[in-house]
Amino acid sequence: MAHTSDRYYIPHGSPWPIVGTVALLLLMFGVASALNGAAIGKFSMLAGAVVLLFMLFGWFGVVIKESVDGIYNQQVDRSFRMGMAWFIASEVMFFAAFFGALFYARQIVLPWLGGESNNFFTNFLLWPGFEGTWPSNGPAEIGGEYKPMGPWGLPAINTAILLSSGVTITIAHHALKAGNRGMLILFLGLTWALGLLFVGLQATEYAHAYHDIADGGLGLTLGSGIYGSTFFMLTGFHGLHVTLGATMLIVIWFRCLKGHFTPENHFGFEGVAWYWHFVDVVWLGLFIFVYWL
Amino acid sequence: MSTTAEAHHDHHDAPSGIKRWIFATNHKDIGTMYLVFSGLMFFTGGAMAMIIRAELFQPGLQFVDPGFFNQMTTMHALVMVFGAVMPALVGLANWMVPLMVGAPDMALPRMNNWSFWILPVAAILLVSTLFMGGGAPASGWTMYPPLVLQTGDAFPFLIFSVHLLGMSSIMGAINIVVTIMNMRAPGMGLLKMPLFVWTWLITAYLLILAMPVLAGAVTMLLTDEYFGTSFFNAAGGGDPVMFQHVFWFFGHPEVYIMILPAFGIVSQIIPTFARKPLFGYDSMVYATASIAFLSFIVWAHHMFTVGMPLAGQLFFMFSTMLIAVPTGVKVFNWTATMWKGSLTFETPMLFAVAFLFLFTIGGFSGLMLGITPADFQYHDTYFVVAHFHYTLVPGAVFGIMAGVYFWLPKWTGHMYNEKLGKLHFWLSAIFVNVTFFPQHFVGLAGMPRRIPDYATQFADFNMISSIGAFVFGASQLLFVYIIWSCVRGGEKASTQVWEGAEGLEWTVPSPAPHHTFEVAPEVR
Repeated sequence: MAHTSDRYYIPHGSPWPIVGTVALLLLMFGVASALNGAAIGKFSMLAGAVVLLFMLFGWFGVVIKESVDGIYNQQVDRSFRMGMAWFIASEVMFFAAFFGALFYARQIVLPWLGGESNNFFTNFLLWPGFEGTWPSNGPAEIGGEYKPMGPWGLPAINTAILLSSGVTITIAHHALKAGNRGMLILFLGLTWALGLLFVGLQATEYAHAYHDIADGGLGLTLGSGIYGSTFFMLTGFHGLHVTLGATMLIVIWFRCLKGHFTPENHFGFEGVAWYWHFVDVVWLGLFIFVYWL
Repeated sequence: MSTTAEAHHDHHDAPSGIKRWIFATNHKDIGTMYLVFSGLMFFTGGAMAMIIRAELFQPGLQFVDPGFFNQMTTMHALVMVFGAVMPALVGLANWMVPLMVGAPDMALPRMNNWSFWILPVAAILLVSTLFMGGGAPASGWTMYPPLVLQTGDAFPFLIFSVHLLGMSSIMGAINIVVTIMNMRAPGMGLLKMPLFVWTWLITAYLLILAMPVLAGAVTMLLTDEYFGTSFFNAAGGGDPVMFQHVFWFFGHPEVYIMILPAFGIVSQIIPTFARKPLFGYDSMVYATASIAFLSFIVWAHHMFTVGMPLAGQLFFMFSTMLIAVPTGVKVFNWTATMWKGSLTFETPMLFAVAFLFLFTIGGFSGLMLGITPADFQYHDTYFVVAHFHYTLVPGAVFGIMAGVYFWLPKWTGHMYNEKLGKLHFWLSAIFVNVTFFPQHFVGLAGMPRRIPDYATQFADFNMISSIGAFVFGASQLLFVYIIWSCVRGGEKASTQVWEGAEGLEWTVPSPAPHHTFEVAPEVR
C-alpha cells in the first residue's frame, strides 16, 4: 500500500449482489412458506442461508482484497465511513420503533385501558377493575402468571460486561493507531470474548425467564402480554445485533492477525467499532427503560 | 497502484449481454433498470386501478366480488407506491445525480446493484400473493391490524416483501447521501447543487430515518400473528391504534419521499424553459428541509378519528397547517421563476406547469383534511382519495413524466416526438382531472372509500370518474410508444438539448457515454 490511486475506484461489474438477491429470495420465500406450514419452506430457508453466507464471504472477500491491494483512495474510504454511519442511523430508527411501542404502551395504552383520559367506559364496560400499571400482560392476562425481569443480577452484570467491552475496543483502537500489535490483538480478542460472554449470559437469562414460576423461573415468555412482547423483542433484537457485532469483531480480529490494518488505514476496524458502540448505547437504553424503570 | 486496478480502469467499454444488467455497477445502467421496472409496475398497478374503476362504473356489483375488490385497492396502492413511484424517482436519481454533481458514478456501485435487484424479488413475493389461498392482502396498503391479521397465506409474503422493499430503499438512500456528500466535483458547493440533487439528498435522509420504522411496524405484525406477542392486542395490554402511530410515523415522511424529488425535477425544468435562474434558490432549499422536518411531527393527522385527546388533535392540526408555509414558498418561487421569463412550452414544461397547478389543488385539499373538525366529515371518504391522488398522479407521476421527457434526449441521444409528447400531455392532464376531480364531490357527499358498491346518488360522478380513468390509463400506452420510438431513433439531440438548460449534465454528449466525469470537472 505504498501509494493509492488518485481516481475513485469503480468496479466494472460484480456477481455478488445478484447472488445476495437470490439468497434473499430463497430465504424470504422459505420463511414465509414455513410460516404457512409448507414443507418446502425449511429447505428454501436453508438454501437461502447457505447462499447468503457464500455471498458474504465472496463480497467481503473481494472488498478486503481490493483494500489490501491499495486500490481504494481516501475518497473511497470516506464513502465507506459515511455509508456505515448512515447504516447505523437506520438501525437506530429500527430500534426506535420498538422503543416507541414500549413507551406508547406504558404511557398511553395501559393507563387508557385502566380508564384514564376519556376512556372511563372502555374500562368500565370492557375491562372492569383493570388497573393499567407497568408491568402488565394486559387486562386478559395473556400468557398467564409471570414475574418481571429485575435489573440487578444478570442484567447489571451484562451492563458491566458490555461497557467494559466498549473500553477494551477503544484501547485496541489506540493500540492500532500506535502500531502496538500485541495490545491490539489482546484487547480486540478480549472485546469479542466479552461480547460472546454477554450473549451467553443473555441466553441464561432467557432460559431463566422461560421456566415456570413453579420451577423457580419467571414464567415470562414472548407471549406474556405487552410486557413479554416488548421485553423479548427489544432484548432479542439487541441480542441478535450483539451476535452480529461479535461475529464482525472476530472477523476483524483475524484480519488484525493477518496484518490487514495500518495505523492510517483501518476503516474495517473502525466500522465494526462504531457498530459495537451503537450496540452498547442501545443496551444502555434497554437497561434503563426495559429492566430498571 | 496495482496492476489489477490498471486493468479495471482501462476496461471502459460496456459489458455486453445479460451480464451487463445482472452484474451492473454502472449508475446509468442501474438507473435504466430502475426506470424500466417502475414502468412495468406502473402498468401492473394501473391495471388494478382499471379493475377498480370498472367495478365502480355503475352502482351494484358488476365484475368482481368485494373480497377481490379489496385486494385490488390494497395491491394497487402497494404496487404504485413501492413499485412505481419510488423506484422511478430512485432511477432518476441514479441517472442524474452523478451527472449533476460531476461524479464518475454512484459512491457505492455494488450496493447500488443490490438495491435495484432486491426490488424485482420483493415484487415477485408481493404479486404472487394474488394466486395464493385466501388471495392477496386486502386490508388496505396501511395494513392496519386486526384486519390485516386475517390475511391468508399471503400475510408473511406481504410482510417480507415490505422488508425487502425497505432494505432496497435504505441502501439506495445511503448510496445517494454518500454520493452527494462525498462525490461532488471540486467547486460544487452545497448551495451550488441543482435543486434535484438537494431534494433527493433530503429525501434520502427521510428514507433512512423512516423506512426502518416501517420494518419495525410490520415485524410487530408478524410476531403478533405467529409468535404470540400482544403489540396490537388490547387484551394483552397492546393497542391496534399503536400500529397506526408507528405506521404513520413512517407513512407521513413517506408521502414526502414521493413528492420532494418531483419538486426537484420541476425546479430543474421551470428555469430551463423560462430561461431564467430559479427564483429564490436558497429559500427553496430551506423550504424543502423544513417540509422534511415537519413531516416527522404531523403523522397523527391521518388518525384524527381514532379517539385522540384534544391536545393531540390540536398539536397535529397546527403542525400540519405549518407545512403549507414552506410549500407555499415553493409554489410562489416556481411562479416567480416564470414571471417575465421567455417561456416556451415543450412537453416537460407542460407537465411541470400542470404539476404546479394540480399539485397545488392536492395541497389545498390536504389543508382541508388537516383541519381536525372538518376531517371528521372527510375521513375515509372519496375526498381523501381525490386529495392524495392529486398529490400523487398530477403531482409525483407528472413530475416523473416531466423528468423523463426532459432527460430522455440526454439518455438516448434522440429527441422524442414533440407532437406526440404534447398529445400525451393533454390527454393525461385533461383526463386526470376527469378522473379525480369528481371524487371530491362524491367524497364531500359522503361516499366511503374502499367499498365496491355505492348509493345511487353517486352514480353520475362515478361514471365520469371511470371514463376519465380509462382514457388516462390508455393514454399511458402512448407514453410507452413515445419512449420506445425515442430509444430507437429520432432527431439527433445536441449536447445542451434545451436552449435554456444549464448544469453539468448538459455538458456531456447526448447520449451520455457509459462513463462520464472520470476526471472531475471544475465548477466555477
